[in-house]
Amino acid sequence: MAFTLTINGETRTADVEGDTPLLWVLRDTLGLVGAKYGCGAALCGACTVHLDGAPVRACVTPVSRVGKKAVTTIEGVGKTPVGAKVQEAWKAIDVPQCGYCQAGQIMSATALLTATPKPTDAQIDAAMNGNLCRCATYIRIKKAIKVAAGVKAEA
Amino acid sequence: MTDLLDKPSRRLFLQAGAAAGGGLLLSFNLPGAARAAGAPSGPALNAFVRIAPDGIVTIAAKRPEIGQGIKTSLPMMIAEELDVDWAKVRIEQAPVDAKVYGEQSAGGSTSTPDEWEPTRQVGAVGRAMLIQAAAQRWNVPAAGLITEPGVVVDPAGKRRIAYGELVEAAAKLTPPDPQTVPLKDPKAYRIVGKPHGQFDNAAIVTGQPLFGIDVRLPGMLYATFLKAPVFAAKVAKVDLAPAKAVKGVRDAFIVEGGTALEGLLPGVAVVADSWWAARKGRNALEVTWAEHPTSAQSTAGFAAQAAELAKQPPQRTLRKDGDVDAALKGAAKRVQASYDYPFIAHATLEPQNCTASFKDGKVEIWAPAQNPEDGRELVAKTLGISQDDITIHFTRSGGGFGRRLMNDFMAEAAWISKAVGAPIKLVWTREDDIQHDFFRPAGWHHLSAGLDDKGELVAWRDHFISFGGEKTFVRAGNISGNQFPARAVANYAMDVSTMPLGAPTGWLRAPGNNAIGWVMQSFTDELALAAGEDPVAFRRRLLGEPRLLGEPGKGDSFHTGRMRGVLDRVAEMSGWGRQVPKGTGLGVACHYSHQGYVAVVVEASVGEGGAPKVHKAWAAVDVGRQIVNPSGAEQQVQGSVLDAIGATLRQKITIENGAVVESNFGDFPLLRMAEAPPVEVAFVLSDNKPTGLGEPAYPPTPPALCNALFAATGKRLRTLPIGDQLA
Repeated sequence: MAFTLTINGETRTADVEGDTPLLWVLRDTLGLVGAKYGCGAALCGACTVHLDGAPVRACVTPVSRVGKKAVTTIEGVGKTPVGAKVQEAWKAIDVPQCGYCQAGQIMSATALLTATPKPTDAQIDAAMNGNLCRCATYIRIKKAIKVAAGVKAEA
Repeated sequence: MTDLLDKPSRRLFLQAGAAAGGGLLLSFNLPGAARAAGAPSGPALNAFVRIAPDGIVTIAAKRPEIGQGIKTSLPMMIAEELDVDWAKVRIEQAPVDAKVYGEQSAGGSTSTPDEWEPTRQVGAVGRAMLIQAAAQRWNVPAAGLITEPGVVVDPAGKRRIAYGELVEAAAKLTPPDPQTVPLKDPKAYRIVGKPHGQFDNAAIVTGQPLFGIDVRLPGMLYATFLKAPVFAAKVAKVDLAPAKAVKGVRDAFIVEGGTALEGLLPGVAVVADSWWAARKGRNALEVTWAEHPTSAQSTAGFAAQAAELAKQPPQRTLRKDGDVDAALKGAAKRVQASYDYPFIAHATLEPQNCTASFKDGKVEIWAPAQNPEDGRELVAKTLGISQDDITIHFTRSGGGFGRRLMNDFMAEAAWISKAVGAPIKLVWTREDDIQHDFFRPAGWHHLSAGLDDKGELVAWRDHFISFGGEKTFVRAGNISGNQFPARAVANYAMDVSTMPLGAPTGWLRAPGNNAIGWVMQSFTDELALAAGEDPVAFRRRLLGEPRLLGEPGKGDSFHTGRMRGVLDRVAEMSGWGRQVPKGTGLGVACHYSHQGYVAVVVEASVGEGGAPKVHKAWAAVDVGRQIVNPSGAEQQVQGSVLDAIGATLRQKITIENGAVVESNFGDFPLLRMAEAPPVEVAFVLSDNKPTGLGEPAYPPTPPALCNALFAATGKRLRTLPIGDQLA
């Protein structure tokens, strides 16, 4: 059936089965491939997008449950001031290694800083612990979040 | 203390000419590579560096980018010698063609040492030609001219001219011999040695298509491929109808497949309009798999066989010096210990995938691959077509770690595309990826060593139980007979026994070394304890005078002075010997692999419930005289250390009833942010050729961690992963 979605401020229509995870609607139907498939089970966070600003795992979010909520993906998050700041920090700190998880990391980090502009180390760990990085760029992710937030490193 | 690994580079032949649309085009050929790839005729030329009239320099990235940063660091070398502004450099991924680009793999940390000479020569030739063109224009000797980024300068005549204005004239010149063209003094480097972010960062942070899984072709369908849980088992019975009934599914069919675990295996392919539909179709299949000779193999069974083999005399001896038995008998102290480690998976975050388009007897392939030329051979064999009828594009890889040195996914995608007569994108599920990996092989080591009354090591023996045939090892299940302390102790034996294995194995980051380093450096800690000596001091004594062990130029030759250098440095960085709170321990280890010398110190304790907590790690690294990109280099070391910590804490692959038990990140956990300690990195610059960094910092980390936990708890960890052994 046809679903009308608001994605990065644009109205898009997708004629798919209702149980199709939002991730595959974005990637295969709409051609927005920034959100990544990593596990299909909400274990790695590579598929993280925002629904009304809140981070969700698109790989386990059926498109039928999106409703009227605004979807923001990595392709559109730079239009928000916090998202743009996070992307800039990621480049300045040279965070990525392979880069595959970074879209999800940036989406989680942006959601964190939008809700908690000056997070502590513990708040960063809590917000980011669902996002795996197989290359283990965690040290630089944390540093980039602090740069984006304008807070000093604790250690 | 040069260790003579500076081997002569392959002779590079450069050709210059005008680029289409104007500008200077530098191409090269590698005759050696062309021969290796079986080129029928003379070597072809590539288009490697293009300097446009507007000064923009476009450089082809010839090696696969898997997160090791090579797509940025090789062009940095060219831009340095060409002397251009980095902001004017564009990088394009080269196509896969060994006949014109030479070696295009990413493995063994070889890119930096192999490319260090020829890559800089390409840039230096371009710079010499631009200087020559300016000299002709001004009618002055070239020797009096210098360059600044993108500009030739005549200091005497106080004149400057941009490269872009010279490219037309330069394109008409004969390039100088790359072997004699002068290279820059490293002190004058403007790009190499300065931290540079990865070229692709802007595309990565905005989610642009870069990876294999992002490839989209017109008319493309999506595929999944279900293989038997037991490796290479055939389909006995399947009802395809329920899969075909799923909306969006175009086809479902049996793939006969072969028996070689590296190639196309039997299974059922489901092709659909979207990957989700293909996956739903696959979930609807009810497959009965045929019995297979390996249906009964298991991790527990292997352990039992290994224990039996350990009681027998070794099947083979790889190295024997002196008389170990006599030396053990005469030793003041004898130490014996057995170590074992499990199979582990690579778990690249981007699951294996490949896009293929088969048409009119030819196939075009897009793949995240570390060794695409081997894939060409496999696909040709699998499809029964000529290698010349295969075009391969490599994409950025979402992690490699050695997994993508194998090309099974290419054979699958090409086969499925041919079968359905349409372009398809095959994407493995995470479960496929974990259960059909080429696993780091498990292994068992039984060690004995003797110390004299002064605590000197006088005898060392390892009976290594691995997998293989009578005279062979499974892939990555081998060991060098020259493992340190070979050649540093008079009585030494490396004994081996093997058993058969029916599971795919492969190279995982620092293959062999990633486990052997743990065994050797953990046991060395046990010897230090027996000798009553500080672990760093004991290692210093074992290394002895600075000297090269083994033959100059051989990969397993080992310079004790270089190792001593990193050991001393890491001791200093970590404040080795300082007081730590009760329940906290410091552990040290050092290991040589992939031409790199690395020493690591870990500080760790055990928290509630016995969970190890790593406070911090320090790594001192000697990979030669020049770090090409300090930002990427630090990343590789930190990533290797954290990767190793994650694997050591919890990772294992278990085989039961011939199949892998683990299936996703729930039971095959990766390190998460809250567990990742700070990792301080220092590079010890020795006067040796620059070598690679993808691997050597991994092997010393597991033993440094386990030695730290021993210091903290008094419990020696001789089985990996650590799991709940400290609970």
